[in-house]
Amino acid sequence: MAIPIIGNLLQARADQNVGLLAEFSNPGELVEAVEAVRREGYTRIDTFSPFPIHGMDHAMGLPPSKLGYIVIGGGLTGCALAFLMQWYMGAGPQIGGLWTELQSYALNISGKPLFAIEPSVPIAFELTILLSALGAVGGMLALNGLPKPYNPLFYSERFGRASDDGFFLHVAEADKQFDQTGTAAMLRANGALAVEYISHEGAYDVNEDGSLVQTAAAPEPAPRPAPAH
Amino acid sequence: MATTATHSHRPDDEHFLLEDERLVHGNLSFHDITELVSHHSEKTTPLGWYFAFAAALGGLGLLGLAIAYLVWNGTGVWGNNVPVGWGWPIVNFVFWVGIGHAGTLISAILFLFRQRWRTSINRAAEAMTLFAVACALLFPTFHVGRVWVIYWTLPLPNQMAMWPQFKSPLLWDVFAVSIYGTVSLLFWYVGLLPDLGTLRDRAVKQGRVLRAKIMQFFSLGWTGSNRHWRHYEKAYLILAGLATPLVLSVHSVVSFDFAVSIVPGWHTTIFPPYFVAGAIFSGFAMVQTLMIVARWVYGLENLITKDHLEKMNVIILVTGTIVGFAYITEFFIAWYSGVVYEQYAFLNRATGPYWWAYWIMMFCNLTLPQLFWIKSFRRKIWLMFLISITTNIGMWFERFVITVTSLHRDYLPSSWDYFSPTIWDLLLFIGSFGLFFTLFLLFLRFIPMVAISEVKNVTPQADPHFYHSHGDGHGALPPATPSVAHRTAASERDNEA
Repeated sequence: MAIPIIGNLLQARADQNVGLLAEFSNPGELVEAVEAVRREGYTRIDTFSPFPIHGMDHAMGLPPSKLGYIVIGGGLTGCALAFLMQWYMGAGPQIGGLWTELQSYALNISGKPLFAIEPSVPIAFELTILLSALGAVGGMLALNGLPKPYNPLFYSERFGRASDDGFFLHVAEADKQFDQTGTAAMLRANGALAVEYISHEGAYDVNEDGSLVQTAAAPEPAPRPAPAH
Repeated sequence: MATTATHSHRPDDEHFLLEDERLVHGNLSFHDITELVSHHSEKTTPLGWYFAFAAALGGLGLLGLAIAYLVWNGTGVWGNNVPVGWGWPIVNFVFWVGIGHAGTLISAILFLFRQRWRTSINRAAEAMTLFAVACALLFPTFHVGRVWVIYWTLPLPNQMAMWPQFKSPLLWDVFAVSIYGTVSLLFWYVGLLPDLGTLRDRAVKQGRVLRAKIMQFFSLGWTGSNRHWRHYEKAYLILAGLATPLVLSVHSVVSFDFAVSIVPGWHTTIFPPYFVAGAIFSGFAMVQTLMIVARWVYGLENLITKDHLEKMNVIILVTGTIVGFAYITEFFIAWYSGVVYEQYAFLNRATGPYWWAYWIMMFCNLTLPQLFWIKSFRRKIWLMFLISITTNIGMWFERFVITVTSLHRDYLPSSWDYFSPTIWDLLLFIGSFGLFFTLFLLFLRFIPMVAISEVKNVTPQADPHFYHSHGDGHGALPPATPSVAHRTAASERDNEA
């Protein structure tokens, strides 16, 4: 049961980058284009830019990131674990027997209590930060679906500039309104400098008349998993 | 190149911002910034780098020698002896940890305060932090004597059924410094992700297969998707928020090593804030030393401008003055406490056998930075380079003064002694610089030393509104070549003004 669900999820994730990729000349044009494309009713869109563009989340209608919840979960876990560890190891139960190496080791330091909140604070603080930070980085990667070594977008030579000075808008084939010729024309009408069709088989330039010219091909039979349905 | 011609995003119009007000100088386009930073890790290694690297490796060799001799013979090879049980190893540990504070301060605290000038220096400063923390960890690791059982400091189950002593500041240090190193590494790597993507795409374009494979691995498939940037920016903000209290806590915990004891001169509540200020002071000085050289050697004057250096100097002035104020406050409190031991400890610092160390510290940390009150001095490269060096000399002596002067005269005059380091103390310290510079040179060679995507983001042309004419708020400029679009926007702004 679980396997088809995961299979579908992976399939959806692999397919989210199949569709039309349009290049725009600058961040201002890209924001305008996103607004126009959303007015047309498209929802499965994404933009690619060398830096985060101010106002793009709003233009794309993205809700705020949920990452904070993961981080606070990590932080609370770290804090609780740290107090538990310091109590258990310094003043915890004397189990004995097979568990000798896991019993507590009571150190009497000038008659001070074996466990107290105050001297436990520094380590609790540090572990709170550690687990929060791991949560922030791990959570960010998980929410973004990274690491993701295979991405059909990398077939496009033009797309290499998304990390330099290229600004791209992507409309996924999975979008309900997607229509290869019509969508490409709409993107051009909104100022796209070039439109490409990217699939698991490779990259194609989409000409003004809607015809495709292959510019890059997948190196071997496409690594596309068999459809789960 | 055709790409550059059709996609030159330049802040072309002179009137948008005055050159002086810009964070990036030289009218650079996005592509220029990419090129300027990344080509240093792509070109053939310059000869000068090999010379510098050879020197650094020589230092690293000394470190290996010093460590081998130390481990073979034990810590008796150092000058540490009763009554000065904590000599150079702890001095050098605090020295390096202190330097390691600037990177996270620049990346986290200045980020939260929206100090956008930090983008030019944060990458190198964070790298410097990591390397300084690595150097710092060397000293306590080997100071334990039996380095092969260093894992006893960690809460691992063992056959002795023994756990670490959680009430000891020394153990807090293990947690604080190692977690600081880990979080700094995470922060640095997250910041590096988009730039590794840039290097990957360039390597693919250049047809360098192995390099592309390595970059593909480390960039984790980063595409610059806005859906990713959204979580990425949140993660970066949260990491900055986490690293800010962390950086303040680390040197506070380091100061607890001293302050929690009952030794006169150490047992003071001023230590945590005073140590943190000193850490920032020395760390900024080290960043200054490295960046002055790196921007000159790598031709990054337009990215790391004199304005950046001047701002750093202001922070050096402020933190140096805080540290100097703390030195004076300690004297006042010693007098005001009425405790003769405390009073003696401080009088002995300034006038006892280590008076020379005390006054080197005072002169370097309190007096010299005061020159930076004068603007022309803040902008003189040779002067700031000199002061960045003297600051670190002064800060090393601060730790020496605190550690040694408080210990060398015990409660019993019969146990008084004068501390002298041995050649092995010296070699280990020089060797730690070898390690530091080896790592830093590798960083300069292989990793983009300026945060490319962040610098692009603070240029005026990164703002979508840059491409709109003022006032009307809607209506994009007609699709034209961007440079024409910019000029049109500029002339419209002129007409309105």
